[in-house]
Amino acid sequence: MKTKLLATASICAALTVPFGTVMADEDANLIIDGEIEITVRAPAPDHLENLDEIFSGWVYRATETQALQADDFENPGMIFVDSGHDLWNTVEGEAGESCASCHGDAEEMAGVAATYPKWNDATEEVRTISMQINACRTEQMGAEEWNLDKSELLNMTALLASVSRGMPVNVAIDGPAQATWEMGRDLYYTRTGQLDLSCANCHEDNYGNNIRADHLSQGQINGFPTYRLKNARLNGVHSRFRGCVRDTRAETYSVGSPEFVALELYVMSRGNGLSIEGPSVRN
Amino acid sequence: MKRIVLAAAAASISTFAYAQTAPNDVTFGDYGEIEVSLSGEAGDAARGLEVMVSRGKGNCIACHEVTALQDYPFHGEVGPMLDGAGDRWTEADLRGIVANAKNVFPESVMPAFYRTDGFTRPGDAYTGRAAEGELDPLLTAQEIEDVVAYLMTLTD
Repeated sequence: MKTKLLATASICAALTVPFGTVMADEDANLIIDGEIEITVRAPAPDHLENLDEIFSGWVYRATETQALQADDFENPGMIFVDSGHDLWNTVEGEAGESCASCHGDAEEMAGVAATYPKWNDATEEVRTISMQINACRTEQMGAEEWNLDKSELLNMTALLASVSRGMPVNVAIDGPAQATWEMGRDLYYTRTGQLDLSCANCHEDNYGNNIRADHLSQGQINGFPTYRLKNARLNGVHSRFRGCVRDTRAETYSVGSPEFVALELYVMSRGNGLSIEGPSVRN
Repeated sequence: MKRIVLAAAAASISTFAYAQTAPNDVTFGDYGEIEVSLSGEAGDAARGLEVMVSRGKGNCIACHEVTALQDYPFHGEVGPMLDGAGDRWTEADLRGIVANAKNVFPESVMPAFYRTDGFTRPGDAYTGRAAEGELDPLLTAQEIEDVVAYLMTLTD
């Protein structure tokens, strides 16, 4: 009897959604390993005029994908965090230092990832956490830069994100960072390419809606770097931006470009209040 | 004899080319409608169906739900449902909306399927690189006509 009722209920649910779509559990909550509580929905930050509430992309993923991120042994991204730990302790460069030589345990960096991108007074620029890691390598360690959005740097950013998991994103958008933030906001609302679409068209006007088989999220980046089932590896924010802009049939900006640094600051600020959750798992 | 056949073929080609309206030469009415066939030919509803559901063509169901196309999986919900579109709109209206929906709905997210200029950072299809030379419209004139013919079959 119970089975029958459940079956009827699921048929009714199926009738209300578009043909062929898989529903996510949009009301689920995320607690990793029964310990780390992740804020996946929060009141929108004051600067966001068009949204009342913000949602992690985790909310929009299928139940199976959601489950992968709730258990570190199931989360394929955690393998790269282990690699990040190895890099953290590896001595490299002319100064004979590792990250650990100055910073101690990686866990000492808890909270750092939540504040990037961030203004740097000395160089008078907004730096992403990847830029800051490379600055540490060249200036403090006398080591080579790592390539942007490639394995070592992604592994290191995954490590730094992982030790901040559960802490609220809190990037500064005023003061010296304001001009960069405004540039990012302009980019967010600019339609590009032959499809003539802005970030906002999909991720502000249509989040929660399906576009063919894709369930559109708010495009939040609090979960980066993110392990995508689609390509079975860690993905950096700028590479993801590239993919999105390319899919508007536009000439993209490049990874590490001033435009994408500005866009990263702006999009990260749209998630102020959500938890850092990298390495997240997405489709 | 051979020469006559060739001449006849050339004549029919040039007639065809003359009848087709290039994207920049399209005349839109006051409400965004287009009165005449863009290809100069009638549309084919069966071919239009293929354009509607193909990811590499119109992919209309990516955003629009159509009950008559239930057999083709994954319909989106970004745009309005198209059931009854053939009752709600005239052929000229539908042609105008498919060619450039922003003439009818200025804030629409719907791409213009028969437009080749006025874009920001136009790319070379989906490569992420800059476009070289003139863009092709997303659909050909005949594909637009075929889609319009299909939409006209969506009556209640």
